[in-house]
Amino acid sequence: MNWFDDWALTLAVFLPLVGVALLALIPRANEEAHKLVALVTSGATLAVGAGILTRFDFDDTKLHQFEVNRGWIDVINSRYHVFIDGISLPLLLLSMLITVLCVVYSWHHFPEPHNPKAFLMLMLILETGMNGTFVAEDLILFFVFFELVLLPMYFMIGVWGGENRQYASIKFFLYTLFGSALMILSFLALFFRGGNTFDIPTLIEHGPTIAKGTQVLIFAGLFMGFAIKVPMFPFHTWLPDAHTEAPTVGSVILAAVLLKLGTYGFIRIALPILPEAAKVWAPWIGGLAVIGIIYGALGSLAQRDMKRLIAFSSVAHMGFVMLGISTLTSFGINAAVFGMVAHGLITGMLFFLSGSIHERFHTRDLTRLGGLLKQAPLLGWILGFCAFASLGLPGLAGFWGEFPAILSAYHVADGLNQNLYWAYMVVAAIGTVFAAGYLLWMYQRTAFGLPKEEFAEAHIHDVNGPEWLAWTPLLVLIVVFGIFPGLMFNVTDDAVQHLTAAFSSATGAGGH
Amino acid sequence: MLDNIWLIPAVTALSFVLILFFGKREPNKGSSIGIAALGLAFLFSSIATVQWISRPADYEPKLEHAAAAHEAGAHHAEPIRKPVTREVTWFENGQVKIKAGTTADGLAIAMCLVVSLISLLVHLFSHAYMHDDERFTHYYAALSLFTTGMFVLVTASNTLQALFGWELMGLCSFMLIGHWWDRDGNKNSNAAMKAFFTTRTGDVGLLVGVSILFFGAGQTFNMQAINDAALSGHIAHGVLLAGAIALLIAAIGKSAQFPLHTWLPDAMAGPTPVSALIHAATMVVAGIYLVARLYGVFWVAFDIGGGGLNPVALVGGVTILIAAALAFVQSDIKKVLAYSTVSQLGFMMMALGVGAWTAAVFHLFTHAFFKACLFLGAGSVSHSGSHHSFDMVEDMGGLKDKMPWTFRTFVVASLALAGVPPLAGFWSKDEILVGAGENGYKLFLVVGLIGAFMTAAYMTRCIYLTFFGEPRGAAAHHHPHESPPLIVVPLQILAVLAVLAGLVNTPWKPWFTEWTSNATGVGAGLAHHGFVPITAAFSVIVGLGGIATAYAYYWRGLRFPITTEGAGKPVYRLLVNKYFLDDLYEGVIVRGIREPIAQGAYWINQKVIDGVVNGAGVAARGLARFVYEVVDQKIVDGAVNGAGVVSEESGSLLRHIQTGRVQQYAALMLGAAGVFALALVLF
Repeated sequence: MNWFDDWALTLAVFLPLVGVALLALIPRANEEAHKLVALVTSGATLAVGAGILTRFDFDDTKLHQFEVNRGWIDVINSRYHVFIDGISLPLLLLSMLITVLCVVYSWHHFPEPHNPKAFLMLMLILETGMNGTFVAEDLILFFVFFELVLLPMYFMIGVWGGENRQYASIKFFLYTLFGSALMILSFLALFFRGGNTFDIPTLIEHGPTIAKGTQVLIFAGLFMGFAIKVPMFPFHTWLPDAHTEAPTVGSVILAAVLLKLGTYGFIRIALPILPEAAKVWAPWIGGLAVIGIIYGALGSLAQRDMKRLIAFSSVAHMGFVMLGISTLTSFGINAAVFGMVAHGLITGMLFFLSGSIHERFHTRDLTRLGGLLKQAPLLGWILGFCAFASLGLPGLAGFWGEFPAILSAYHVADGLNQNLYWAYMVVAAIGTVFAAGYLLWMYQRTAFGLPKEEFAEAHIHDVNGPEWLAWTPLLVLIVVFGIFPGLMFNVTDDAVQHLTAAFSSATGAGGH
Repeated sequence: MLDNIWLIPAVTALSFVLILFFGKREPNKGSSIGIAALGLAFLFSSIATVQWISRPADYEPKLEHAAAAHEAGAHHAEPIRKPVTREVTWFENGQVKIKAGTTADGLAIAMCLVVSLISLLVHLFSHAYMHDDERFTHYYAALSLFTTGMFVLVTASNTLQALFGWELMGLCSFMLIGHWWDRDGNKNSNAAMKAFFTTRTGDVGLLVGVSILFFGAGQTFNMQAINDAALSGHIAHGVLLAGAIALLIAAIGKSAQFPLHTWLPDAMAGPTPVSALIHAATMVVAGIYLVARLYGVFWVAFDIGGGGLNPVALVGGVTILIAAALAFVQSDIKKVLAYSTVSQLGFMMMALGVGAWTAAVFHLFTHAFFKACLFLGAGSVSHSGSHHSFDMVEDMGGLKDKMPWTFRTFVVASLALAGVPPLAGFWSKDEILVGAGENGYKLFLVVGLIGAFMTAAYMTRCIYLTFFGEPRGAAAHHHPHESPPLIVVPLQILAVLAVLAGLVNTPWKPWFTEWTSNATGVGAGLAHHGFVPITAAFSVIVGLGGIATAYAYYWRGLRFPITTEGAGKPVYRLLVNKYFLDDLYEGVIVRGIREPIAQGAYWINQKVIDGVVNGAGVAARGLARFVYEVVDQKIVDGAVNGAGVVSEESGSLLRHIQTGRVQQYAALMLGAAGVFALALVLF
């Protein structure tokens, strides 16, 4: 199986592109063939993921596993260096799973203007970009993949989106590219200051030697790139527009995976390479994170459009993730990785649901919906389940992203202002009440009561086949991770400990 | 059984899953699964109880705090039964092993016994009461899950798992209170949301408190370890105080203490058996249980042994009075009982606050029986006597002969609640009063006596309006009759327990004290002061006085000089409007956040934050136009015309770049990136 260890990550990243090539060859009219090819390709990629899971060494998750390190662009000393550890594994698998489920979900409903060929090609290109970002260990390689996801998503929103799709897609594209431009400047600065290399593990060794003032500046560029992607308050305004206008599957991928590229960037690149700067920036990041928690919740409360409400809730949820990261402790970062996956599963589900509701009622206006439990009881139950998962009910996955993040704020890394974080802790905890507020309000408006007059006679069908196929894995995982958080924490813990240990030794203080 | 007490929540959890997935195919639509599971849980609890009682009391907790506890007047000389704790590693986080496990001790087992018994009776009762309900199966699934939540809470060995049980009950209360979400517009779902939302507000305290104590006790969630750390002074006082206050907030929300009690009366929107379950055995007693379980924390943080004013006692004492006063102005029988529950929970909280640990737990135990009996009795009345109405003033009256068993059991339970000896409520309430008096909390002794007077009076009023006088409304027109056996038998069982339950802890045979005493109950020795005849006499006199006063008012028509129309009008208005707390919470706070604040934040989002983004876009386009029209067309293009002159030089420059070193390439890239970025911004 040695060949597999050498090729697994390369396959995981580029197999979808093979599918894209095949799709390009098949005539546009042959829709069934397109769907089948897309399903097989994304399924095969997921199978590679399953293979990785069986060969992954769970006893020492900080190891560089499935590592490949070959020359790529010698002239700038950029290499094709990929590996995964306990932090990237869950996210890589999440990305693979979500793509397959999105293909399945799309089976019978491609949004207007239809064209499955192009839609599926974009989806597979997206997968290459996402998977690539989670395995890349070279800044240029990372950057290429990080940017690669922009284009397909731009077209997905711009072509298959809602009424205001032009504005939303351009805003999404430009805003994130603006961040990327600053990010690449920081990458270049790292190259020059960190020993003429883009190699992340090498930079983790060299980075801490950079003068503190320079670190802080370089961190600023990274922060802009990643924070816009997350998105953190106040750089979040592209998100509600992009989500509202994106087709259902686009929203799902955007929420479930794309946002994580930003938070992953913080954990993989910004924190370990620039530990001194991280300490300077952490209180500010934590502050923006808790503002985001409350602000996102308030934004949600003000919405009448179900999808836009869920979009704002992402701002709040990613606030918990960023709060965990900003504590610079293993508790907080473990919680952050868990939170990323949990948010991917749960918010992904919520976007699927809002898409299915829109398809049935042709509206997402909460003042017009009602009585879903009467007309489509299973859909109503699943929506309720996901609403409770999203508000962080213990026993479901969302809890483990939320509570440990709050917990970690009680005891942050040495050198951070603990009093400040106590305040953050309380504010974040209050945010959970707001989350209950907007989610239950949304649920009451859609599911409870009787159907409104305009839909009273409408025939609303309940959950159908492709929906079940696409949703069941997510629903099962939400419960499984909720009850057995060890499945995730045990994977991430070693790698995260390694990260925070390196962090604290570099700054000569004992971290936690 | 003590080692395997996890079987109790497991069996009801299994029942939930089975009912959810297979309930509809079962002949009784799922109810037999639920009833069987609760029967089994009751059996397990009974076995555990017997095993616990027969367990030798030979364990002497070696606590560093023994000296401190002794100073406070506690007696720890007597050995106790050793709690049985079993834990497995749940997951690892930051090299800390987080454990899941169970603790079986007197408190946990007493709770299991009460919860399983009440829940079993509620399951039986519901089979008849909910017979025609369209969501019968879902109802039973939720009942099972609800009970599971309480079992998880009371058997948990650590705060994290307790949090699970706690929130699980929050979820189930939402499902059950809002069970009839399709009736009466949004009334029922609003009540469900209010319950969840209010308790969730308290849960902020739980999340924060659990976090504080986790680190305070040295990175552990284990509750025994937290108690030990608190009692031995290993937790700095400031930290402990913050943790205790946070947890108290959680308890106030869940146990419907002032000022977060407002959700409980609204929760009456749910089916009546659910009210019985929520009020008697689960959900609302969770807050009391939490304080009792982590008593070491509260004991030290608030210096309960010291006899000063402390927040726990204060919250309890205030709640007793304000809730009892509200019970007088209700016309809905379930709301009388709801406020009565709030008031009785206040008694328990106050007992914990004055150091009467055993009395609090014992009152929780006895209260479960008579309050369940009263709620199910109210259900029986509405089922067969008042045509589904709960309005005592409009639709009841004169039912005592029509529903003899409902009447008798209701009266017995009311007497027990009023504290008439030798019924259950007398013994437990007396212990609370004795505890308050003897531990130096004279003020709360007086509060307790006033509360006892009010309790007796409002229950007498309730009995009068329901069972005496002329039949009114539905009771007059819908042929009231006695309920079927499946409803009456649980009432009778509960009435018997309401009579007898107090006898397990009399001053002469304090079995309950002995069985529940544990290392957590620092005040255990303190709580049981034996019999104080003068206090008991007072408590009986005020109880009978309350009954007599209400009797004089309703049966004899005696009127007080102060009437609700005259001098008493402001007070009456205050009570009818529930101290305007609902207006404050719903009208001011919730609406304030929902409307001006959320809308305002969104306005800022769209106009200011997004305005900056859009403004940047517009500005960039304007700049681009300027660059194109002025710079490009006039300056650059002009320059191009003269470019031929310098082409030689630029050619050599380009060659220089191509052959230069890596830094120069990178510098070029940097420049390119800058141009790239500029281009993007300009679009």
